[in-house]
Amino acid sequence: MNKHIYLDHASTTPTDPRVVKAMEPYWNEKYGNPSSLYRLSLASKQAIIDSREKIAKVLNCQPDEIIFTGGGTESINLAIKGSVWAAKKPVHIITSKVEHPAVLNSCQRLNSQGHKLSILPVDRYGFVSLEDVKKAIKDDTLLVSIMMANNEIGTIQPIQEIGVYIEKLNKERVEKGLDKIYFHTDACQAAGALDIDVKKLHVDMITINGSKIYGPKGVGVLYLKPGTKLIPIIDGGGQEKKMRSGTENVPGIVGMAEALDIAYQEKEKENKRQIELRDWFIEQLLKTIDKSILNGDPKKRLPNNINISFLDIEGEAVLLYLDEIGVMASTGSACTSSSLEPSHVIRALGAPYEVAHGSIRFTMGKSTTKKDLQHVLENFPEIVKKLRQASPANVDMAEVEKTFVDAERKILDL
Amino acid sequence: MSQTKKSAAADIDIVPKGSDEAWAYSKIIKDHFFKPRNLILDAKDVKGYNGLGMVGSPACGDMMKVWLWIDEKEDKIKEMKWQTFGCGSAISATSMLSVMATENGGMKLDDALEIKAQHITERLGGLPVRKIHCSVLGDKALRSAINNYFIKSGQKDRVIKEQVRIIDKQAKVTDHDIEEAVLEGAQNLEEVQKKTKVGIGNPSVIPEVEQLIRFYTEKYFG
Repeated sequence: MNKHIYLDHASTTPTDPRVVKAMEPYWNEKYGNPSSLYRLSLASKQAIIDSREKIAKVLNCQPDEIIFTGGGTESINLAIKGSVWAAKKPVHIITSKVEHPAVLNSCQRLNSQGHKLSILPVDRYGFVSLEDVKKAIKDDTLLVSIMMANNEIGTIQPIQEIGVYIEKLNKERVEKGLDKIYFHTDACQAAGALDIDVKKLHVDMITINGSKIYGPKGVGVLYLKPGTKLIPIIDGGGQEKKMRSGTENVPGIVGMAEALDIAYQEKEKENKRQIELRDWFIEQLLKTIDKSILNGDPKKRLPNNINISFLDIEGEAVLLYLDEIGVMASTGSACTSSSLEPSHVIRALGAPYEVAHGSIRFTMGKSTTKKDLQHVLENFPEIVKKLRQASPANVDMAEVEKTFVDAERKILDL
Repeated sequence: MSQTKKSAAADIDIVPKGSDEAWAYSKIIKDHFFKPRNLILDAKDVKGYNGLGMVGSPACGDMMKVWLWIDEKEDKIKEMKWQTFGCGSAISATSMLSVMATENGGMKLDDALEIKAQHITERLGGLPVRKIHCSVLGDKALRSAINNYFIKSGQKDRVIKEQVRIIDKQAKVTDHDIEEAVLEGAQNLEEVQKKTKVGIGNPSVIPEVEQLIRFYTEKYFG
């Protein structure tokens, strides 16, 4: 009964021991402030230079195009608020309905300060369409921010396609005397598994962070394509090319670089392993439990993401039973959110509330084995059966399907 | 309520195994969740009850169904069975409510109608603050089943109505008015409209009215 099966890696990952080891000297041995001039500080300074180079290699960019921040949320805030504030006039922002709250709430903050905002819908698998991006762009559009892969349902967005389009459009816009549109992607969930080559993606800004890729928490990166104008959101001593003041988190930066480097080396093999496990696990769950619906796309999803809704039961009750068998997962049910609203991502798919309330997300990691998943499969049908027996609900699958089909999918202009 | 706040101090519901932190849910809640009292596993087998109530829906995240066996002479709840769709708090709260309503030879109906969500929460040893709303449906489900008994046993004057909500602003019709119309025998939209004029000048509210008619019909006559 003392199992410990962590299947919540999209929430955060443990720190890779190699990362911990790389960070080690920078706590008590090489602790100097990189801005100071003595030898002790040079070691810290050098560590940051090396880290920047390592990360630049993965992103296929120049080291000086990388800004270190205090995490994914901060990078996103800097990208969105920083670029909009730098415009010094009311502008238009485009984002999608399924973004992380860091993006949605930053955009909404700017909207409340007088900037226009368009929120793009997604299809039932969670994809944003290039057509909608095209439709939403206005003359005063300054920023498009679309996530690379979704944290809840794992759907991988067509970032390259959108990037190529915006780049091409920008040439026409400059000729017409319009502002260039910046394209930012939140790649926090994607960085450990997908190719984040900024040249291939055609993005102006990309956000990644340490805590989802077996790196340290509290460190983020923002890639800035040359010519991207930002106003800092944190003022102070002018570190990070004045874009992010504050004494650098040297151990964190070293850990971030090490983690990204490891992910870069190992992802191909690890992705292959996880995709096999993922597809098998999804197939088993859908096969053994009736009235279950896969959320997200069957194939174009993160290798570690499994998100399934089990109808007639509520997610939190499932999590309590899973905890009893030593399994840690998460749910999109309202009951576990502080807002008491069910998952905005699953609702955006066009799913009725029932589907969001019954959704369970398992996100695998490097340590996840087939045996772990077997343990879940051995117990899960019984948990669902127990809760269904106790439930008076009997949701009609045909009506659920109808809700998906009938869902209104239009651009929300705010 | 201080008890509630204290046990809800940690805003975490599930704590990893091997951790020293306490489960944010009390031991009593956990006990009622994993070993629910008076739960009905197969609704088809239920017989001989004289009160039935249902509130909520899977869409709103909580749904409860309550069966009552009421002793007419004593005016007491002798047995209460239930089913719940909902989170850990909702399931535990319904279980605890069924204990409260039937312990010590059964609760007098007038007392049972007075049960509030906070009484259930107290007996559970408190709920995490943001979970309190999950227990509010239990007492409503019980009241709905008692009302159903009142109707069936010819005690319409004892029916307790829940708080009023305006459904059609133009016609100034509340959910209470629709409830009343159903109680007076209206069985469909047309009949309810004859009595209340709801939705006639404001058709956008009709889907909600139809839902309420279904809800009240099931509540009292289901």
